[in-house]
Amino acid sequence: MSGIRGTASIVGAFEHPGRKLPDMSVMQLHAEVALGAVADAGLTLADVDGLFTGRDAPGVGGLSVADHLGLRPRYMDSTESGGASPLYHVGHAAAAIAAGKCSVALITLAGKARSGPMGGTPPPEDPFETVFGTRPPMASYALAARRHMYEFGTTSEQLAMVKAAASQHAQHNPNAFLRKVLTVEDVIESPLVADPLHRGDCCVVTDGGGAIVLVSRDVARDLPRRGVTLLGHGEAPRHSAGGKVDVTVSGAAYAAPRAYAEAGITAADVDYASIYDSFTIAVIEQIEDLGFCAKGEGGRFVEDGGLVAPSGRLPFNTDGGGLCNNHPSNRGGMMKIIEAVRQLRAEAHPAVQVPDCEIGVVSGVGGDLAARMRSAVLVLGREDAA
Amino acid sequence: MSPARVFEVVAAPALATPVPEIAPELAEFWTATTEGRFLVRRCAACGEAHWYPRMVCPFCHSTDTGWEDASGRGTVYTFSVVRRGAGDYAAAPYVLAYVELAEGPRMMTNIVDCDVESVRVGQEVEVVFHRASADAALPRFRPVTA
Ligand SMILES: [Zn+2]
Repeated sequence: MSGIRGTASIVGAFEHPGRKLPDMSVMQLHAEVALGAVADAGLTLADVDGLFTGRDAPGVGGLSVADHLGLRPRYMDSTESGGASPLYHVGHAAAAIAAGKCSVALITLAGKARSGPMGGTPPPEDPFETVFGTRPPMASYALAARRHMYEFGTTSEQLAMVKAAASQHAQHNPNAFLRKVLTVEDVIESPLVADPLHRGDCCVVTDGGGAIVLVSRDVARDLPRRGVTLLGHGEAPRHSAGGKVDVTVSGAAYAAPRAYAEAGITAADVDYASIYDSFTIAVIEQIEDLGFCAKGEGGRFVEDGGLVAPSGRLPFNTDGGGLCNNHPSNRGGMMKIIEAVRQLRAEAHPAVQVPDCEIGVVSGVGGDLAARMRSAVLVLGREDAA
Repeated sequence: MSPARVFEVVAAPALATPVPEIAPELAEFWTATTEGRFLVRRCAACGEAHWYPRMVCPFCHSTDTGWEDASGRGTVYTFSVVRRGAGDYAAAPYVLAYVELAEGPRMMTNIVDCDVESVRVGQEVEVVFHRASADAALPRFRPVTA
């Protein structure tokens, strides 16, 4: 019998004294209640490593709150269930604490139903970012690519090798949106969309979807199909850091060590990697951040077929990835998990199946590499692992 | 503290100038932009300037933060010539950039008043304001000419 009984305590609580607050933004309100609650607990915001917010928090999934307050939580949850959301957050935070995923959880709720606009408020970064034309997703990834090139000498050809490798895999996937094998030249001769990124550096835009089922080991034991064991999970935001932003680093740099530690592995143990590939530069940065090479070496790592299955240094995205196969709803995370499951069940296409595939890593990036994003990393093992 | 520098406020810029949403606690910042003054927020507790401006220091979480007139100078940290824009920026190309301010923080902005093909990482730039409404002007940057 396991549960959350007795595993967590509410040590800080703060109700904002205001009832009509026209001179304060919703984010400022979140900040004030956060400061009030941690002060009541005898803690500071620097102690917070878990963040739980609902839809009342401006921005997507608590990330803007983390950015605004300069938090780097190792666990975040933004379950939305209307006015009852904080109760869900308490339950989920306790489960996270019981699992060792965080130890100081901050749960905030704030809004301006009396003096604010209807339908929520935009996040506070909007007047300092979107007004400058950050909306095309490729533009923000281009900022990361340019800086990566400047600091490390990464080239457009190396970015193109990521796409070319994905297309090598996609040719074997009858469902892939783009099955044509592409060369480096095909990519760098495609039109520049946002320098230095070409159209070929971009993922496909597709309809579709996917789903997975996760069960307890007891349930798994009685099922006919081969399962894949979850060995570790880690997550981290990488936001604008109050202006100390580093666009050459993704959140995977912080998420991967957490996932590896839980799984008891190192990057050297990984047989296959599903790497979020909305744009080629995202793959290069994650390869570094996942520890497959040193920071700045990602461009050289993908040369000479480094990513091509089954014999490359790091077989990746063997379904063709988001770059060639599928990126439904402009979200590639589900497809990344599914292809790792295929590899670990030894059910990938024979042309790209990694022999004796025991350990797979899945790396997801949500948001953008320029201003703020969140990374999650999963370590998955073959059924007999762990 | 050095006297406030005043920078040009362009009334009708060529580049699209979306109207920013003004958070109540940032009214002073936006009013200053209409007067050609560029403010940054600095924390008295840890001494760090941050961007975008907010009341709580994102580094040490002190609320002892205040405005100061910034130098308006910086260098291009990274940039992209966006050739396919969206929404207000459908009329590409334009230069999206992060500028590293002399005060330290890196901020999202545009590089203007130059050939888009001439922008380089490390280039020295200076703020210029593009009026978006009666209440706000956008801080953009142009190359510093010798
Ligand atoms: Zn401070």
